[in-house]
Amino acid sequence: MFDFLWQPWPWYVAGPLIGLMVPVMLYFSNKALGVSSSLRHTCAACVPGKVEFFNYDWKQEGLWNIIFIIGILLGGFLGGYVFANPDPIAISEATKTDLRALGVGDFDGFVPSDVFNWGNLFTVPGLIIMIVGGFFVGFGARYAGGCTSGHAISGISNLQIGSVVAVVGFFIGGLFITHFIFPILF
Amino acid sequence: MLKQNIKYLIFGMIFGFILIQAEVISWFRIQEMFRFQDFHMYGIIGSAILIGMISIALIKKFNVKDIHGRPITISSKDPSQMYRYTIGGLLFGFGWALTGACPGPIFALLGSGISVFIVVLLSALLGTYVYGYFQKSLPH
Repeated sequence: MFDFLWQPWPWYVAGPLIGLMVPVMLYFSNKALGVSSSLRHTCAACVPGKVEFFNYDWKQEGLWNIIFIIGILLGGFLGGYVFANPDPIAISEATKTDLRALGVGDFDGFVPSDVFNWGNLFTVPGLIIMIVGGFFVGFGARYAGGCTSGHAISGISNLQIGSVVAVVGFFIGGLFITHFIFPILF
Repeated sequence: MLKQNIKYLIFGMIFGFILIQAEVISWFRIQEMFRFQDFHMYGIIGSAILIGMISIALIKKFNVKDIHGRPITISSKDPSQMYRYTIGGLLFGFGWALTGACPGPIFALLGSGISVFIVVLLSALLGTYVYGYFQKSLPH
């Protein structure tokens, strides 16, 4: 009966549930769903220095967002560890074929363990994927003023033209890396 | 205050749990999306936006108040700052495809026990810091 806790959910269940987070959070706490601002609040809390962008009342503006991401961490622990799905992710054969051609061999986890491991940090592909990639996520999200949750979900739901432009940018950037950089990188 | 904060923790837990069950936290799923080889990610993002859009439209139409009776406020994104959306968006897309994770999934993956994502998180914090440092000299 509780199999659904271990099993992945189809898109038509998971997608609407993600969408419902928007009105639920607006109604119960008057907050717009968004994750990446928490990174700014964390910088403001830990290393504000003399940078104007980090000098504001982070407790007032952002404590809720930091608590929210701690919740995401716990939700990840529940979903990905306590109720871990024992089966590999059922991605399409076409994707597997493409990724095998790049040299990805392990399809068991959420991420390829032959790419995302501590030892691989000291290789050029590993460094570019994890460190440069992470840097772009943080820099790009703040530059664009939001990430997938803030722009794609909250922003477009609120009919913001800027969010539509940002999400088109996300896709063009992702297509470029996938089709032009990955073949060189791996 | 404490009650408020527990609320945010619970929202985060629900959101993180959904992200995992939806598999949107998977580098494989993100690759599948950028290769147009399955409908999964498009279905999720599309239906999430649809439900979010209908909800916000209803909130605005019926002027719904929040649980404490305050008007619901949703800040808008300045439509004149097109440089930031295009350049920032493009750079974020680079990071999304490389790591296979946007900020929410970084935390969810870390929680699921993939410890090396702490490096991705620290790099994202560094990126955020560098943006803040150079904010004034970047076109917006």
